Amino acid sequence: MGLSLQAARHPLASPAEQLRVLGNGHTRGSVRPFEDTLADSGIGPLTAGRIEVFQVNVGKLCNQTCKHCHVDAGPDRSDEMMSRETFDLCLNAIRRIGRPTVDITGGAPELNPNFRWFVEQVRSLGCHVIDRCNLTVLTIAAQRGLAEFLARRQVEIIASLPYFLQSRTDAQRGAGVFEKSIKALRLLNTRGYGIPGSGLNLNLVYNPTGAFLPPDQGEIESDFRRELRKRHGIEFTSLFTLANMPISRYLEFLVRSGNYRRYMELLVNAYNPEAASRVMCRSMISVGWDGRLFDCDFNQMLDLEVGFGAPRHISDFNRDRLAFRRIVTAQHCYGCTAGSGSSCGGATA
Amino acid sequence: MAGYYKEEDLPRFAEMSEGAPRLWEKFNSWYSAVFESGALTQREKSLIALAVAHALECPYCIDAYTRDCLEKGSNLEQMTEAVHVASAIKGGSALVHGLQMRNVEAKLSI
Repeated sequence: MGLSLQAARHPLASPAEQLRVLGNGHTRGSVRPFEDTLADSGIGPLTAGRIEVFQVNVGKLCNQTCKHCHVDAGPDRSDEMMSRETFDLCLNAIRRIGRPTVDITGGAPELNPNFRWFVEQVRSLGCHVIDRCNLTVLTIAAQRGLAEFLARRQVEIIASLPYFLQSRTDAQRGAGVFEKSIKALRLLNTRGYGIPGSGLNLNLVYNPTGAFLPPDQGEIESDFRRELRKRHGIEFTSLFTLANMPISRYLEFLVRSGNYRRYMELLVNAYNPEAASRVMCRSMISVGWDGRLFDCDFNQMLDLEVGFGAPRHISDFNRDRLAFRRIVTAQHCYGCTAGSGSSCGGATA
Repeated sequence: MAGYYKEEDLPRFAEMSEGAPRLWEKFNSWYSAVFESGALTQREKSLIALAVAHALECPYCIDAYTRDCLEKGSNLEQMTEAVHVASAIKGGSALVHGLQMRNVEAKLSI
């Protein structure tokens, strides 16, 4: 298993260096500023509406080191972990919002020792809960009973599975990950996840295993359903397609492999105003492991906190001042507006 | 060959509109229509294009349709089979011309 960029002391572990490469710091390079593209399509500047999704990144610890990870998560990132105090502040904020969807992500969020406690607290508030699961965490001995726990609390699972073949999945996520993922999916199916009528949603996430955009969501979902059923007897609810963001380890891949320039051109040329008008940041707030507030998980990894006078920490949470805030954008935002668009719930256009 | 085929030339394809804009426009609209979903899916058309690109040995087309096939959700196994189809037709085409050889040989022989 590889090291995170941070553990390898790679320059691109630094958000400032990533922003410099993306052309937002010292020079914009040849990629057209995202704000100009937004303005020309009559959309910018982007503003948020009501907060419908409260996304919590509970830490960067993960049992995998995927090559495209925008979080730079991995087994060596155990220091960045949301504390019980910050979880409590999150619960206060959730109460003030009403009943937002609570979207829990990481790293592997289940590895935070407060994960199950937090899920129970949020469910007791009547919120719909999403667990962004890497699947293999379900096969770890210390996580025994996790599938039953999630099923009993009716937690929706959004699980990464970049392809229905071992070769491409393992190439992106590490040797042996596909086999463990299939084992985990079987376990989830046994608990009712992905089975029609069970009320337990098991959504898979496709993201390209290279420097190209995702295919049509409907078409690739049909392929996944047919192939996973035929080859492994696995059922799931829906498949979401997501483009890879030029951030962190995926950015490092793009630069190292000589694909950076063409990938950015691809994103810019595929700019879709319809996708831009439906970006997920307009209806969400993203909380970092340390309680800082962001417009989305991608901004979080680039250290781009909410701006324009909005409160920047969960301890200063103010629903009304955050609800209609202006959104902070940069060149990586082209990743969410390309083609059919990308959001935490898949294609948007 | 590297001196003639440059990766950075592919995005310049539209420069071919200069000098004959009406012809370029007609080509472009026909080309776009060809690749829309019809009796064949876009993915199937992209795999056919990839196979033809290999038969034509066009580096630009191979680059463009390898990317397009991946973006349509095809995988390496499917794309490799498509290239084999093109290769089989090219090989078969050469081999079937052996009948011309046989005809000539028969005509010349006592």
